[in-house]
Amino acid sequence: MHILACVKQTPKSDNVKIDPATGCLIRSGAESAMNPFDEYALEEAVVLKEQLGGQVSVITMGPPAAENVLRDSIARGADKVYQLSDMAFAGSDTWSTSYALAKGAEKINEAQKIDLIICGKQTNDSDTGHIGPQISAWLNWPNAAFVKRVVKADEQCIVVERLTESGTEILQLPYPCVISVVKEISNPRVRSVKGRMAAKRAEVVKWTADDIGADKNKLGIQHCPTRVVKSFSPQRNTNAVVVDGANGKEKAAKLVALLKENKYI
Amino acid sequence: MKEWKNVWILAEVAQDKISPTAYELLTAGRSLADALGEKLCAVLLGHDVKKFAQDLLDHGADAVYVCDDVSLQHYVDDVYAKTLNGMIQAYKPNKFLLPATNLGRSLSAKTAIFAGTGLTADATEVMINPSDGQMHATRPTFGGNLMATITCARTRPEMCSLRPMSYPKAACVPGKKGEVIEFAFDAEKYTSLAKFLQFIKSEGEGLDLSETDVIVAGGRGLGKAEGFDLLYKLAERLGGAVAASRAPVDNGWIEYRRQIGLTGRTIKPKLYIACGISGQIQHMAGCSGADVIVAINKDPNAPIMKMAHYAVEGDLYEVIPAILETLEK
Amino acid sequence: MDYAINEMEQETLNATREFAQKKLKPVRAEMDAKEVFSPEILQEFRKSGMFGLWLPEKYGGLGGGITCLAMAFEEFSRVCAGLALTPGTTALGAIPMFLAATEAQRERWCYDLASGKKLWAFALTEPEAGSDASALKTTAIKDGDFYIVNGTKHFISTGKEADFYTVAVNTNPARGARGISLLVIEKGTPGFTFGKKEEKMGIRTNPTYELIFENVRVPRENLLGSEGRGLLYVQETLDYSRPGVAAQAVGIAQGALDETIPYLRTRKQFGQPIITFQALAHKVAELAAKTEAGRAMVYNLTHRMDEEFLPAVKAALENGTPVHDELKKIKGVRWTKYSAMAKLFCANTAMEVADECVTLCGGVAYMRDFPLEKFMRDAKITQIYEGTTHIQKNEIIAALIKEYAAKGE
Repeated sequence: MHILACVKQTPKSDNVKIDPATGCLIRSGAESAMNPFDEYALEEAVVLKEQLGGQVSVITMGPPAAENVLRDSIARGADKVYQLSDMAFAGSDTWSTSYALAKGAEKINEAQKIDLIICGKQTNDSDTGHIGPQISAWLNWPNAAFVKRVVKADEQCIVVERLTESGTEILQLPYPCVISVVKEISNPRVRSVKGRMAAKRAEVVKWTADDIGADKNKLGIQHCPTRVVKSFSPQRNTNAVVVDGANGKEKAAKLVALLKENKYI
Repeated sequence: MKEWKNVWILAEVAQDKISPTAYELLTAGRSLADALGEKLCAVLLGHDVKKFAQDLLDHGADAVYVCDDVSLQHYVDDVYAKTLNGMIQAYKPNKFLLPATNLGRSLSAKTAIFAGTGLTADATEVMINPSDGQMHATRPTFGGNLMATITCARTRPEMCSLRPMSYPKAACVPGKKGEVIEFAFDAEKYTSLAKFLQFIKSEGEGLDLSETDVIVAGGRGLGKAEGFDLLYKLAERLGGAVAASRAPVDNGWIEYRRQIGLTGRTIKPKLYIACGISGQIQHMAGCSGADVIVAINKDPNAPIMKMAHYAVEGDLYEVIPAILETLEK
Repeated sequence: MDYAINEMEQETLNATREFAQKKLKPVRAEMDAKEVFSPEILQEFRKSGMFGLWLPEKYGGLGGGITCLAMAFEEFSRVCAGLALTPGTTALGAIPMFLAATEAQRERWCYDLASGKKLWAFALTEPEAGSDASALKTTAIKDGDFYIVNGTKHFISTGKEADFYTVAVNTNPARGARGISLLVIEKGTPGFTFGKKEEKMGIRTNPTYELIFENVRVPRENLLGSEGRGLLYVQETLDYSRPGVAAQAVGIAQGALDETIPYLRTRKQFGQPIITFQALAHKVAELAAKTEAGRAMVYNLTHRMDEEFLPAVKAALENGTPVHDELKKIKGVRWTKYSAMAKLFCANTAMEVADECVTLCGGVAYMRDFPLEKFMRDAKITQIYEGTTHIQKNEIIAALIKEYAAKGE
């Protein structure tokens, strides 16, 4: 079983600071780490490898510093790691990003057939949830999103539970296929000592757009279909009425009176 | 690009019912269609779904495209995305809104690649830029810390998934006339290797946080799973439901489907009582649509104490029993 | 402070610290209240490779030696001394095996030991044989290729959950203490059952059971080393494991301070944070100094032990010999006195620190919502198991008398 997990380096806290004047993200000083949803994806990949045997590869697209997230993947149990890094990728939207990742996956697949690609359900910085389904579209592989449990995985296919608003759907996907997973899928392990040491020494394979044979007309801020035309800090109500009183009882009485007066209860 | 015309919305059908998101999309779509002077069209995919076409016309669609086939009985990404792309190529819509539900998110993503066009995810507002007729879709990013307005200038349709509860439901005018266009399912082309096996309805049915007027939610400040017992009491007294911020869900105190916020649900109750919730921006993104927010928190400096409408500083284990007592009087 | 630890030891600290915070802290109160063993936490220990820290890479371990083992035990105990026992008692049960085992026995047991697939426990104590281990009554009488084991062990940590038990038995009762041998007995062997589950003061997240052996047939291949040398292996085991208990005690003391200092900084009485009262502040300083002294003792001792242990393990693997034999070849120091000193000092420190921290924090610390009362209950065991403080003193004075007698003073 050869599993490819897709990960992204994102700001560590999703409570990042925004410059109120420019509406831009203040990146300096913002610590980066693996997108939390990708931790669940990678853990599930490693669990499946431990059950079925095989190998876990990890791919990321990002600036040179994103190498850290790949080393972290080694610490979490990945075997081989690949980084797509090229100025041509800069500013890509999900359409272009998924294209690049799919081209990277194709190249890995040529050397060693991939059975399963696992993505986190979304990233904590852009929250789109597009990448999993879109990689599968580029590769023309079947996919399932919002997967919360692997019911069964064997040599031929994987059976998964997918979360919907009204319940759970069970799907069977033959390999190769793509799943994107929600956090219920797994319980990420604490990185072992061995893993931490291996991470420092691991080799990170680095590929440019040319290395993966990507069409540069499909990449980067110049060519991707969508564009951010404006960004701003959301407006919020900051005029709370403080319900005061000498003690909990007084405050409660006052609150109930206010809510009744305004017909909220 | 002139040949690309009209505003489409995907009317999601779940459990043999039109999803309420369809009516919200009709509201959003109507404003776009009117601004462009184009038609608003609804798309129905599924098996035995043609019967819903009139309902969509009643709610404001000018036309309804239906692809009704037994192969579409269950949602399989490839089959749906290929069908939808078939319809897009056949009828060439200008804008296409889908619900940012689980189905809508994955379907829109895959369809956008097949259709070779751009997609904005999980927008909360859409409008037409009067100068060029392009759709401006605004969405929260970075956990709700930043709003971004996104366009798709060069490709059509301009696609966007719209977060549920972002728009009110369209009004119903029974008996409205409109065209119903049937699109033939192509069993040769619209295939998938994936197989749908089974649907299991979630337990605790009847919990629909989106339909509840009063929601009492707990956060980290509860300190323990048993803390929710008190919230259930209050919710029961007010005829509402119980929800949570992320921390109690992560701690396993309460089930995920009750989580409010960016990684949980978005709700719009009349009254939202946040107990021991600090008010991280990701949480507020899920509840700021409430008519009134009450915060009960020990920490007067918690962000929610400013963002709420009413802020009660105090120990929730003292304040809530006191509220219950007051209500009993 | 910096104890000149190497990269592997530093990463062991990082990993076990993170593990304790992420995996143990959220569940410790609930597990302690329920007094149940947690298979989920066991699985987490396995997934993070926490069973193999001290074992050679050949078997899937880290190759870290006694220092890594002690560090892990300290960091886990800093959060929950009970959950720490899952890997802790497995090491205790497996050390005598690892020391005395032949190459074939190592091959049989060490892979599943290092992965944590199989848990181990150590069974020495009997109702009539506590501090006086030589009085043990469990017999193992030879019958062809088997031993027939009869007897009862009690107060066995990780009882019922462990898969393999290193059991001290008498294979030749006529010879008394010189008849004592070690047998590895597998759970599920007919006649091997579990008696009472103990209800304990502390370390409640680890199950303590009575083991009952009724005509249990144990194959001869499960004998460790040679017959009659059991007490020697036990002593050697305790020399290596007592620094572990000392490390656990340091962890408990540190954990109690971790809870206490932030509370004292934020709790206000008489209009000021109570840590500004000098009587309290000086007490905290004293407790912190003792804790650090204990830690220094442990690290120094385990580092010195590893200087012999690691080369002996390497040689044993290369030569296909028991580790015990290789240790004998290179061994310069008997660790008994220093192990006993470390355990004595650290256990007493843990008890004192936990006790004083409860007093410092006052009423809140007496309540179960706050973790300090648990630290106090847990600390007590470090003064008791693997030899009470009195037994440690006996070991120390016996060694001192010998040393001075040898010098003729």
